[in-house]
Amino acid sequence: MNLWNTIAVGFKEIWAHKSRSLLTMLGIVLGVASLVAMAALVKGMENGMRESMVAMGGADKVLLEDQEVPPEQEHLAEEAPGRTMLDVISLRRSAPLLKLVSPEMELDYTTITHEDKMVNPSECVGVWPAVLDMNLHTLEHGRFFTDLDEENANSVCVIGTGIRDELFGTPEKAGREIVPIGEVININGQPFTIVGMFTRYEGEMDRKLRELAKSKPAEKQAGPSRMKGWGRRGGWAFTRKNMTVYMPLNTAWLKFRSSSGTNGMPDPRLSSIDVKVSDMNRLEPALQQARNVMMMTHRGIEDFNFRTQENQLDTINQQIRNARLSGGIIAAISLLVGGIGIMNIMLASINERIREIGICKAVGASGFSIFLQILVESMALSILGAVAGIGASYGLVKIMAAITPTGNAPVITTDAMFVAVGFSAAVGIFAGLFPAIKAARLHPIQALRYE
Amino acid sequence: MALLELRDVHKTYHLGGEEIRALDGVSMDIEAGEFISIIGPSGSGKSTLMHILGCLDSPSRGTIKLDGLMIEKATSRQLASIRNQKIGFVFQFFNLLPKLNVLQNVELPMIYAGANAKERRDRAMEALQLVQLENRAKHRPSQLSGGQQQRVAIARALVNSPRIVFADEPTGNLDSHTGEAILNLFRTLTQQGRTIVLVTHDPEIAALTPRRIEIRDGKISVKVDPRLAGLDRVPAVAEPGKAA
Repeated sequence: MNLWNTIAVGFKEIWAHKSRSLLTMLGIVLGVASLVAMAALVKGMENGMRESMVAMGGADKVLLEDQEVPPEQEHLAEEAPGRTMLDVISLRRSAPLLKLVSPEMELDYTTITHEDKMVNPSECVGVWPAVLDMNLHTLEHGRFFTDLDEENANSVCVIGTGIRDELFGTPEKAGREIVPIGEVININGQPFTIVGMFTRYEGEMDRKLRELAKSKPAEKQAGPSRMKGWGRRGGWAFTRKNMTVYMPLNTAWLKFRSSSGTNGMPDPRLSSIDVKVSDMNRLEPALQQARNVMMMTHRGIEDFNFRTQENQLDTINQQIRNARLSGGIIAAISLLVGGIGIMNIMLASINERIREIGICKAVGASGFSIFLQILVESMALSILGAVAGIGASYGLVKIMAAITPTGNAPVITTDAMFVAVGFSAAVGIFAGLFPAIKAARLHPIQALRYE
Repeated sequence: MALLELRDVHKTYHLGGEEIRALDGVSMDIEAGEFISIIGPSGSGKSTLMHILGCLDSPSRGTIKLDGLMIEKATSRQLASIRNQKIGFVFQFFNLLPKLNVLQNVELPMIYAGANAKERRDRAMEALQLVQLENRAKHRPSQLSGGQQQRVAIARALVNSPRIVFADEPTGNLDSHTGEAILNLFRTLTQQGRTIVLVTHDPEIAALTPRRIEIRDGKISVKVDPRLAGLDRVPAVAEPGKAA
């Protein structure tokens, strides 16, 4: 008996008991749908995590941090130079494996005022234009600093949209985009002209929240205008990025460090040096190269340290793996339960077909062809169920997205579909095996005599 | 050489510790082209004999040779193929598959033989013509009368051109008129050179066949067929025959 015939007969048998087959399949349908939907949810979660990782500057960003000198160099601690522009220039010249070197001089405890508004930025930093590529900033309005700004230490700044929102009002409330280029703001009492503004950085979740707020009419607020709640809104990585104020490095140095230096020279130490390696696969040699250069400029005093995003990446991967595993196990169990349902029905089905099996055997069906017949039926049930389950998963994902409109959108992956179909085919075989063996072993005479 | 040779065949069942000898040393020959009836009261072992002759069951002891093949050593898979190729069955309760139409029912043995769709169709239609039911090919068994159903079963039994056809009480569920028609059909078929074994408890039906074998308590009753008187007492001669 050829396979094609067997499959045709199997489908005929399923069709002959439509409602029973449907109920049997339901277990597999739900199992597959939950497996695919779970994978889609985890994928959405992963996308969200990667998004905020990129907001922090991407995986290839390495921070060069200050570090206490090691114990054996304790006596040299006073000589430790800290990170200065000398390091930056040397790294740029002598460490070709680094793609970007971005010096930063951060001003602590800054307050920015404009007319009667005040804001504390997440960071107020003197930078080189390299910072744009370093922190993956996009300038939407105006311009960034020129070499002339740097050389003359001009009092100009580029702000994030968060600062604009606080000082000039949000476009949501105003109903139009507000571009405060040319306005003068005071940073720690010193006037600065805004020459550029970044685009608004937001995660998928923030964007959805904003769109949701747009579609709903704003509630009328009773009493004086106020913020409700202290909690940070949305992803902190994005909020932080939007609250950035940048100024030329020299400006920061001369205007804000002049009073804290020694020997009449402003304090030359940078608050951080960020580097990007040109090739993530050559992270190790690149860091070694940077270390060698730094050991020269620091005269052998190891008062610095590298911090990579590898850990962050590992953490994300770990969390995704865990979520996938726990969800996968639950979905697999529900698929297995579906398989047991199939087994149950197949057993009942062969019980009522004993006589039929006997007839087939009498006219020359071998045990193997009976075995194959039952197995094909059970597999057809499970694969049909899997296909229906994939269809159902689309609906399920839609429902989940509708329930949590601000969550990261679940993304259905083809990988998950293949795994689900493969797994349910395996479940079908497993479920059909026992009934098939039972049917194949039936003695023709006893089967024929069965009433 | 006879088409079917039985030598000292025993079949014992164990039912709750009790040993039941359904067949107790049966030896017989069936020649090609014969029309034989196996007759005996219920419980005599005639059904068991038919099952063993028809390769549905294997004997506890003794040898069977069908068409030169030693049956008792065959595996269940080989037995299935022998049933498929060399043997046809007609049952008392017709045993048609209710879900399939007449044509599909007749095609069933050829499906297991691996014939292609066109060949199956052509040969099934030929077999249906033989029993004059070609105009009912698309009907369900439930839409046919008992006699028609039995003729479909006969067509199914004949479709693979078997060497031998076994009919187990083929008229048992039919009225006498229809039963007669079925028996006439069998007679016609034997005249075309087919070998048919009729199993019945009814001496009137058995009287229609040229040769009768009577079974009583699992043994062949010698009186009916004196030709086998000698054979019956010969101990099982293990012929150095070829394995199936």
